[in-house]
Amino acid sequence: MLPNEPWSEPRAAGIIAEHLHLEGATLPILHALQETFGYVDEGAVPLIADALNLSRAEIHGCITFYHDFRRAPAGKHQVKLCRAEACQAMGSDALHADILARLGIDWHGTTPDGKVTVEPVYCLGLCANGPGALVDDEPLARLTADSLESALAEVKS
Amino acid sequence: MSVTLYVPRDAVALGLGANRVARALFAGAERRGLDVTIVRTGSRGLLWLEPMVEVGTPEGRVAYGPVTPGDVDALLDAGLVTGGDHPLRLGDPEKIPYLARQHRLTFQRCGVVDPVSVADYRAHGGYNGLEAALKLDAAGIVAAVRESGLRGRGGAGFPAGIKWNTVMLAQAPQKYVVCNADEGDSGTFADRMMMEGDPFNLIEGMTIAGIATGATRGYIYLRSEYPQAFATLKEAIANGVKAGFLGDNVMNSGKAFHLEVRLGAGAYICGEETSLLESLEGRRGIVRAKPPIPALKGFLGQPTLVNNVMTFTAVPYILENGAKAYAEYGMGRSLGTLAIQLAGNVKHGGLIEYAFGITLREIIEDFGGGTQSGRPVRAVQVGGPLGAYFPDHLLDTPLDYEAMAAKKGLVGHGGIVVFDDTVNMAKQARFAFEFCAVESCGKCTPCRIGATRGVETMDKVIAGTDTRANLAVISDLCDVMTDGSLCAMGGLTPMPVMSAITHFPEDFERGGQMSVAAE
Repeated sequence: MLPNEPWSEPRAAGIIAEHLHLEGATLPILHALQETFGYVDEGAVPLIADALNLSRAEIHGCITFYHDFRRAPAGKHQVKLCRAEACQAMGSDALHADILARLGIDWHGTTPDGKVTVEPVYCLGLCANGPGALVDDEPLARLTADSLESALAEVKS
Repeated sequence: MSVTLYVPRDAVALGLGANRVARALFAGAERRGLDVTIVRTGSRGLLWLEPMVEVGTPEGRVAYGPVTPGDVDALLDAGLVTGGDHPLRLGDPEKIPYLARQHRLTFQRCGVVDPVSVADYRAHGGYNGLEAALKLDAAGIVAAVRESGLRGRGGAGFPAGIKWNTVMLAQAPQKYVVCNADEGDSGTFADRMMMEGDPFNLIEGMTIAGIATGATRGYIYLRSEYPQAFATLKEAIANGVKAGFLGDNVMNSGKAFHLEVRLGAGAYICGEETSLLESLEGRRGIVRAKPPIPALKGFLGQPTLVNNVMTFTAVPYILENGAKAYAEYGMGRSLGTLAIQLAGNVKHGGLIEYAFGITLREIIEDFGGGTQSGRPVRAVQVGGPLGAYFPDHLLDTPLDYEAMAAKKGLVGHGGIVVFDDTVNMAKQARFAFEFCAVESCGKCTPCRIGATRGVETMDKVIAGTDTRANLAVISDLCDVMTDGSLCAMGGLTPMPVMSAITHFPEDFERGGQMSVAAE
């Protein structure tokens, strides 16, 4: 994974301009900003609103409606744990409690060293091989607390 | 001569170490001086056997699985490249009973072909459907879809031909085809497997839809939880454009169809078609009131055909083989095949494409082989988080839209999630409300407020507080949500809740304590 760039208004303006030709450009712009900076900075709201001729409220509403968009930087690595029914049937509730306890954080939390953020998701499509997870977009099936630890050790190194 | 090895790049296979297996195979073959080519395919859908490696031999393909990186050296020493014997050898994958019993019409190429190769797709019968469609006029294509009996596979089961006809007849400067690939239901992964394993089937189906309805632009709205599918679709579309199957002149027909993938952002509600369109237009995914229907006033106010991945991917087969060939499968008014996804606590989970009419028990027992934990099956949720929980005595219900509705359940997107006897149904009912509260778009009151009140009331039931009275409140609340919600999110959340209460009352009357088996 490429490290995130620090927030920069000119850089953001450039990214926004690249997407203006799209129909319904808001989500592609927000995704691109988050991919570059790791989150969507408050300063991006008026830039997007101006570029798309929309109100700031509309852009703010969009950012806050969708679970994916963050308004502050997250940890270096992101872990998404599936909490939906098929994974529940394979004991995900107890597993998640164990994982969060080992990391010493709660849902949406980031470890004190800034390395790992854990987010809940509802279904990753790994339902026949649950519990499922994503570590920086790499899927993990038949997840255990140990297999997550080794996956995290791998991405950290 | 180089030997071809097939290693899946399906998300499940990757989640079980397929990349490491591929690297080990490459390195191991190199050390032994073996000339191998590794092709990364999708999955056949025998998911408990992943990563399943196949080798091309003069007698056909031979499969091995489940393969771990640690098995690779022993496999190569056993003569994997010539189909040699080994405890993991499965033989001809298409003769494995789980696969051989199925009716693979839509999934015929998934796990077989290189997903991003147009040439490979063509060599396996791909684009024959579009070729046939281009010989018909628009009305002829729509008639084929109508006569096949194809119904929308997203869950609602609306006849596809009627929707296609409405968009075809609508007059507008620009029409659109939109694929709902926001497969958010827990226990479903057919769309994901298709997009990762045979994306050209979706691209072909959408192209046929575009030509039939006169829509020259298409979008695939894909959920962001599927990063592998996103990458595969983008690569496939770019290759399709290069090969002249997408763009201004599709297959030299003079007809245009442009296709783009758009990523959602983690909102379950965007699987609802009007909410999806709002999101695609760049707004919050708030449900629109209908009418107007999207077929007349959809994306950017223009006539828009919105169908699920499984609906579009059924179309190439129908055009290639004729409506009648497709309609020969199935029962009653549910014709063709359903991509059944068997998941949760099950020994042999996977993708089972089968004619409508197969019973839940046949799927869970004959295909699934019981639970993964080895404990008895207690409950089965069919059709995603808005689907009913069925007890054992309802498992002889056939998978058919009308038969499932008669038992107060739904087919939905064909997902089946198995639970063993440690499940606490009061907890599952609470989760249904909780999920609705997290994912509600907030537009209508029954859903927005009802879900939260439902969680609170279910907490009281679980705590054993005034159980009877509180269950009566839940029942009332569910009536209001069913009758008063704007869309299926609030309207169907009562289905898992009420089915749990109806079929598993003991879990509620005991104050929702864990069942005896779990203690």
